[in-house]
Amino acid sequence: MTKTTSILMGGVGGQGIVLASRLLAHVIQAHGYDLKISEIHGMAQRGGSVLTYVRFGSEVHSPLIEAGQADYVLAGEKLEAWRWLPYLRRGGTMVCSTQEIKPLPVITGAERYPEKILAKMQALVDDGLLGGLYAIPALEMAASCGEPKAATVALVGVLAARLEFPGESYLQALADIVPARFLEANKKAFLAGYNYF
Amino acid sequence: MTKKLLSGNEAIARGAYEAGVRVAAAYPGTPSTEILEYLAHYREVAAQGSSNEKVAVEVGIGAAFAGARALVAMKHVGVNVAADPLMTLSYTGVNGGLVLVVADDPGMHSSQNEQDSRNYARFAKVPMLEPSDSQEAKDFVMAALEMSEEFDTPVMLRSSTRISHSQSLVTLGKRKEVPLRPYVKDANKRVMMPAAARLRHAAVEERLLRLREAAEKSPLNRIEWRDRKIGVICAGISYRQVREALPEASVLKLGICYPLPPALIAEFAAGVDKLYVVEELDPFLEDQVKAMGITVTGKALFPLTGEIHPNRIAAAIAGKPLATPLPVPEDMPVPARPPVLCPGCPHRSVFYVLRQQKLLVSGDIGCYTLGALPPLGAIDSCICMGASISAGLGYEKGNPELKGKIVSVIGDSTFFHSGMTGLMDVVYNRGSTLTIILDNRTTAMTGHQHNPGTGYTLKGDPTTTLELAPICRALGVRRVREVDPYDIKALQAAIKEEAAADEPSVIISRRACALLDKSAKPLYEINDNCRNCGACLRLGCPAMAREGDSVTIDPALCAGCGVCAQVCNFNAIGKAGVANDENN
Repeated sequence: MTKTTSILMGGVGGQGIVLASRLLAHVIQAHGYDLKISEIHGMAQRGGSVLTYVRFGSEVHSPLIEAGQADYVLAGEKLEAWRWLPYLRRGGTMVCSTQEIKPLPVITGAERYPEKILAKMQALVDDGLLGGLYAIPALEMAASCGEPKAATVALVGVLAARLEFPGESYLQALADIVPARFLEANKKAFLAGYNYF
Repeated sequence: MTKKLLSGNEAIARGAYEAGVRVAAAYPGTPSTEILEYLAHYREVAAQGSSNEKVAVEVGIGAAFAGARALVAMKHVGVNVAADPLMTLSYTGVNGGLVLVVADDPGMHSSQNEQDSRNYARFAKVPMLEPSDSQEAKDFVMAALEMSEEFDTPVMLRSSTRISHSQSLVTLGKRKEVPLRPYVKDANKRVMMPAAARLRHAAVEERLLRLREAAEKSPLNRIEWRDRKIGVICAGISYRQVREALPEASVLKLGICYPLPPALIAEFAAGVDKLYVVEELDPFLEDQVKAMGITVTGKALFPLTGEIHPNRIAAAIAGKPLATPLPVPEDMPVPARPPVLCPGCPHRSVFYVLRQQKLLVSGDIGCYTLGALPPLGAIDSCICMGASISAGLGYEKGNPELKGKIVSVIGDSTFFHSGMTGLMDVVYNRGSTLTIILDNRTTAMTGHQHNPGTGYTLKGDPTTTLELAPICRALGVRRVREVDPYDIKALQAAIKEEAAADEPSVIISRRACALLDKSAKPLYEINDNCRNCGACLRLGCPAMAREGDSVTIDPALCAGCGVCAQVCNFNAIGKAGVANDENN
């Protein structure tokens, strides 16, 4: 019985987190694993936090990931990376975008956007608590591939290079689920992330 | 056979299709909405969006009486609306099978309360099935319909957010062609007047005993013997959480959470050293097991509120959590990211003006409930679907000093759902409240479903469009006017006049949801006149933020509604690329 792998994906409504989890699910399923995906949406499409859990292994029971359990966190935005950081296990890996999207309490001045998020996460790597930190300018990278909306796919590329499945599986999955007119840009964005580090 | 990754809701829809369901009805509500959206794709199923849950159940009743298999779906609070027909449907029984799917929301991810709808099964004396993943969600719909026909009863199927919105692998089957059952008039069974209902109540009690017997032998209930030191009784998502948390424990997995099988429970209890119940929300199973005289531990260890996750189960029962949070620096607070009204949302300006005019706002359920959050902060109360208008009347009757200051705010879909009766009450009982119908031409909150005002059915077929203004006039309101909420001055004038009117009044604030309006509009930008006063930020538009000594508008987010330009006192916001003096 293989151990269950847990991947938490967090972002802001409209970033394509749900698409990213479907992409990953497609690859996992093609490799014959049991899997569960859990989404919290509802009000999230109104600019709130979006969260999906992806879990796979020989038999997956709970669809949830709790604090300290995630092997990987993929965050579409820097504050969301910081928000979901405690969900990583010791030695877990953070993949995140350097993009900042201010939440309403920051816009109105009621709260401040946290500073030095990346440096603080790097310190956790240096202390041996985090297994790795992979931060990329995903939005800019995707824009240069011709489709800014593929930013999250670039992040999946970074994650994919750290998972057990071959890169071709993801390109096949993209071909299966992304509309043809966006496919080339999405493939480019995926590869840009895949080959970034 | 290959398996398909389906959400619980998609699996429920698939189950209904495969089980030969002919009629399906629902009013949308998270987390149940997608069930009917998926069912709408099957041409064999007459799937419809009903104007509310009571109507949906009544359509289901007629379909079942007529001999067809039927499914109705709703969120937990929808059952409150549908409770009236449900309670008496229990007495009449069915003809074709009828399953009522209810999706609970423990933890209130998207709801106003977290009531435990298992109580409705006991209340209505009907069986309830509870799947623990998507495969069971599909299979249990078939089982529910067969049980419904065998025992002549409606059957409830309980989902929850984690079942409805989690995806897992499902083996698909073919549709079973279930012939229509013959329709035979049977007034003694279906016309519920006292003499007939007395006989039917006795039949219901007798049916419940037979259902209990069946639950003892049903394959939906099963004992999984593992280590006998710990035994856990559980159902639904809690079964999966227990398996995750305590892989070695013995489990009594209940696929039928009402009525319970006493002999099976006694057998399981006798076979383990220590017996637990793990269930979210109410001690529904626990109380019944205790009433059987069996010692069991449940809510002594687990909360009555929210979801119960594996870590908590492992900690409470095995004495050791599965994981501990990564120790991270605590010196950096994480700002919340609350949901907000979208850029260009036509509701925003209405709440801005209501707040500006210091009116008492009786709110309702929809995206526009977000008008309660800062900085708009315009809503005084919000209870349930349709309550805005009737509660507004109550405010006026309760405290005469509030007269002239009360505004009830309701969306178009919510008005059709249950606002019309409230408005009739305002007219009939000589109230003078203002009702604003936020008519964004859709049911936005749950993902843009059609409603009686949009001109299309759930399946996308064109239909009669119900117009709000004539309906309000027909209900007896003489002062009815329409306003474009992008025009702040018109909105201010209309609200001021109508709130003060000494008779019932209605303003229809009409503008399509910004997410549906695809027309290109020029974007807005801040110019040098900006004095950084922050007046525009009181709109709470996510496209605007303070940067240094000025405000900026993010061109990637701006929807071009122009409301911010109208609230600026210094002519500092204009259309992008247009010189100052050319604006306005």
